[in-house]
Amino acid sequence: MSSKDDLARRVAADIPDGSYVNLGIGQPTAIARYLTAGSGVILHTENGMLGMGEVVADEDADWDLTNAGKQPVTELPGAAYFHHADSFAMMRGGHLDVCVMGAFQVSATGDLANWHTGAPDAIPAVGGAMDLAAGAKQVWVMMTLFTKSGEPKLVPSCTYPLTGKTCVTRVYTDVATFQITPDGVRVTELHGIGFEELASRLDVPLMQV
Amino acid sequence: MKTLTTDALTAVKEVRDGDTVLVGGFGMAGMPVELIDALIEHGAGDLTIVSNNAGNGDTGLAALLAAGRVRKMVCSFPRQSDSWVFDGLYRAGKIELELVPQGNLAERMRAAGAGIGAFFCPTGVGTPIAEGRETRQINGREYVLEYPIHGDVALIRAHHADRLGNLVYRKTARNFGPVMATAARTTIAQVSQIVETGELDPEAIVTPSIYVDRLVEVTP
Repeated sequence: MSSKDDLARRVAADIPDGSYVNLGIGQPTAIARYLTAGSGVILHTENGMLGMGEVVADEDADWDLTNAGKQPVTELPGAAYFHHADSFAMMRGGHLDVCVMGAFQVSATGDLANWHTGAPDAIPAVGGAMDLAAGAKQVWVMMTLFTKSGEPKLVPSCTYPLTGKTCVTRVYTDVATFQITPDGVRVTELHGIGFEELASRLDVPLMQV
Repeated sequence: MKTLTTDALTAVKEVRDGDTVLVGGFGMAGMPVELIDALIEHGAGDLTIVSNNAGNGDTGLAALLAAGRVRKMVCSFPRQSDSWVFDGLYRAGKIELELVPQGNLAERMRAAGAGIGAFFCPTGVGTPIAEGRETRQINGREYVLEYPIHGDVALIRAHHADRLGNLVYRKTARNFGPVMATAARTTIAQVSQIVETGELDPEAIVTPSIYVDRLVEVTP
């Protein structure tokens, strides 16, 4: 099993140089720490900025300069600001190369569920997740493969309400990395688990590289 | 020439009970806190508020919610670590929520400001958001029909204005401001400084004066 930092490092390494990338709130934010300046990756934040830098401490904050999680951040050389309709036109119009989001569940066909557990007392909140799912050229997910109680989160079909249909192409987890292809789910990396054991713990047919 | 500059309470006095008010800001960045405080003092209620979030902490939009003036929130992300005011009202059944994906929120207001009757959007296809809604296949892809969101009033925060009402913003505090300014019958902007007309670079103006009806200077 790999740690959250290992996972973030692995996702960062797979982002092609020069990509325009949106990192979802929560765990994917950590990916930014492992992007090297030489990679030329430009981060988009939904609240209207390209060229977003790192998260800074509250005492160094400029509260007019925040990320999607409302944390204070910095501006890198070449940054650009734009309003919300433009920011989401960028997503929907297919201009973002990669977005990385967390998930409650991903299905074998790439359906994504990450906004609502369906619990009756939960207050629903979707933010920009559905727009990203519908618009980014590549939608990657970063998550633990199993819930705390051991239920798989890569499933034949999602039981939680969907964020988007057939949108996820890669799933990075602590246990293995998966590619979701039109032919099925392919395991591309294993972390401290054998293929047979992994296959036995999931209800999804797996293809080995 | 008309005078746009006024104080916050005078600026919001035409807000009526039952109005739809567009409130700028992404969290607290770009939130027109002093205009909202004036709206609370003014007393209009039964409001529908359109804003990305449903209030943070106890100030700004959260204070308006706490004062019991809001019947319905239209927003993309009400649930946050510091949204206790909204959470309490929602769980007590004292406020209605229309959840709108963030890009649809922006684009529906853009459509309102641009005279668009409706538009087909790929966001939310196959999700509960699209249930019972009109959809259409266009060039092999499915889209959901989305309608504009018009405001009676927009309350926004910009950085600087000139006396004519041209606006420039600061960093990510721009967010919904330029879109909301186009989508309301009356747009009220709070700015940190009002400069003489001609002092803003015409190439740098983000919201042209045609969209702005009142200006309130709030010195930081």
